[in-house]
Amino acid sequence: MARMTMIEAIRDAHMIAMEEDDTVVVMGEDVGYFGGVFRCTAGLQKKFGVERCFDTPISELGIVGTAVGMAAYGLKPVVEIQFADYMYPGYDQIVSEAARLRYRSAGEFTCPLVIRMPTGGGIFGAQTHSQSPEALFTHVAGLKTVVPSNPADAKGLLLAAIADPDPVIFLEPKRLYNGPYDGYHDRPSVPWSKHPDGEVEAGRYETPLGKARVVREGADATLITYGTMVHVALAAVEDSGVDVEVIDLRTLLPLDMDTIAASVNRTGRCIVLHEATLTSGYGAEIAALVQQDCFYSLEAPVLRVAGWDTPYPHAQEWDYFPGPARVRRAIDTVMKE
Amino acid sequence: MTTRKNTKKPEVSGDELKEFYREMLLIRRFEEKAGQLYGMGLIGGFCHLYIGQEAVVVGLEAAMEDGDRRITSYRDHGHMIACGMDPKGVMAELTGREGGYSKGKGGSMHMFSKEKEFYGGHGIVGAQVPLGAGLAFAQKYTGGDRVTMTYFGEGAANQGQVYETFNMAALWKLPVIFVIENNRYAMGTSQARATSSKDIHTRGEAFGIPGEMVDGMDVLAVKEAGLRAVAHCRSGEGPYILEVMTYRYRGHSMSDPAKYRTRDEVQKMREEHDAIDHVRKLLIDGGFASEDDLKSVDKDVKDIINEAADFAKESPEPALEELWTDIYA
Ligand SMILES: Cc1ncc(C[n+]2csc(CCOP(=O)(O)OP(=O)(O)O)c2C)c(N)n1
Ligand SMILES: [Mg+2]
Repeated sequence: MARMTMIEAIRDAHMIAMEEDDTVVVMGEDVGYFGGVFRCTAGLQKKFGVERCFDTPISELGIVGTAVGMAAYGLKPVVEIQFADYMYPGYDQIVSEAARLRYRSAGEFTCPLVIRMPTGGGIFGAQTHSQSPEALFTHVAGLKTVVPSNPADAKGLLLAAIADPDPVIFLEPKRLYNGPYDGYHDRPSVPWSKHPDGEVEAGRYETPLGKARVVREGADATLITYGTMVHVALAAVEDSGVDVEVIDLRTLLPLDMDTIAASVNRTGRCIVLHEATLTSGYGAEIAALVQQDCFYSLEAPVLRVAGWDTPYPHAQEWDYFPGPARVRRAIDTVMKE
Repeated sequence: MTTRKNTKKPEVSGDELKEFYREMLLIRRFEEKAGQLYGMGLIGGFCHLYIGQEAVVVGLEAAMEDGDRRITSYRDHGHMIACGMDPKGVMAELTGREGGYSKGKGGSMHMFSKEKEFYGGHGIVGAQVPLGAGLAFAQKYTGGDRVTMTYFGEGAANQGQVYETFNMAALWKLPVIFVIENNRYAMGTSQARATSSKDIHTRGEAFGIPGEMVDGMDVLAVKEAGLRAVAHCRSGEGPYILEVMTYRYRGHSMSDPAKYRTRDEVQKMREEHDAIDHVRKLLIDGGFASEDDLKSVDKDVKDIINEAADFAKESPEPALEELWTDIYA
């Protein structure tokens, strides 16, 4: 087992996929020569050549569209969109083309495409470098959506995503690239080298899409979350003294409803936590499913903790970020019922 | 189709040269100070400096008149200072304070001033280009002969929306000047590695938009080209493209180690083509100013920048309620 940051784990997954299968190609802005602004593709061009890892112009619509064509013709493009916030110019190709190719060709074509993008705040990126647009993907029929919360999962999920015959949106919480982040911005940050999930197996392994992970077992309530918020949730639960079960979804679609229902039916209380804005966010989907599948076990209304319904602010990042204090308040509320 | 390179120097007065010197220096010192405050942790997040490119915006502003508009990308501090916005308000936005132009909501990349006809500061590459055409549309619609300068980088010139905009601007004969600030790099990607053609100013040809390449390290050449472009737009002939060749001395943003180019390349530009040195030399050699005159300009500029920095440090943090203002849905 090697110790890796999330960046190194993602790079390792690329290396393995490219070594095993020469139809895997990597493209995006600054991914080749420069190795990616977050360094996730560093060394790939050197090792596999410019034919297989190459820079694109700043043309997101063209990048995604070209990749869809490549995928339909049997390649496996892994595209990096430099920040999720730059995805919007390419969104049409994701929704209208990538997501529907298999359906509208009645299965004749598939689109084995992975689109990676860093998401979330915590680096003072403000409104154009901090967004969490996962609900814009989960709302579209035909896209799988993945959000890893640690290096070991990031590698296994990325390898599974590349092997998948259909388009996968792979959202990388940028605040987790170098270490787990629990939302206490005034405390020193912990590197992955000091965290158990920084242990990453060598070689190929896949973390299946659609399988959640219970990161903390608990009897009193269930906290459902993903990405950066897994670490925030754990910190909040620790502080609360309440025995809360924490579930890391890992993939939003396909969704592991079995794990969720088993937990909520046992605890009777449920909180959903994400960094994205509240209204029509992914938490609404979970809340709806939980009331449908666990209605008779619920002891309290399902609560959501999320980013405020505003653009991501520049100066007031920590007032926006749904940190441990807000999560604790929700735990207290849900336990009062 | 005219694709002309600048050859002759325009007439210029000593006063105008001095003004150019002062304006360019003001931008450079502002940016140096912003870099320092960033280093001290007073500015966070993204911050793109304009050092090296000062002659572009200063030259073009000199070709504009009241009522003309400007819009640009995230590399916007220079544009704001050149159009007369207060360095205090700009610096305080960088530090995320209440006294900033966007009350700390926008940061370095997102500021506006209706008064100065400055329409932002836009963080998404290429997004401001159609907006610029829209501003010009409104100018034409409401009558008069005002124009809009729409700035973007050579990297942004590869966004699809730029060409959708070229077509509409030409079709509707909009008074918009597309200013491509070609500083040779888009983050770590040099022009040659991402752009199929060497010349970007010729890309309007297919739409019937004239374009020219301009030496962006020569403020006089920039102004002269600006006057041609403005005259073209004011006469109702539709859009115009200026590809202004320039260079950024610093990294793409504060977090860029700039490993994609050599130190020598940067050094050579600084030493041999610096736009401020160029004007300084014209002033001294032409007998328009003495070293002492320039020293006093330097001092004035320094005072303005220090005041701006003090203001940006002392202005209070935005109140918590500001999180929910300017929100309507
Ligand atoms: C749609 C979009 N894609 C990518 C980015 C990331 N990005 C910011 S600036 C930049 C380079 C732009 O280069 P250029 O247009 O030449 O302007 P310069 O920075 O050189 O002034 C990139 C890729 C972005 N902000 N928006
Ligand atoms: Mg550039």
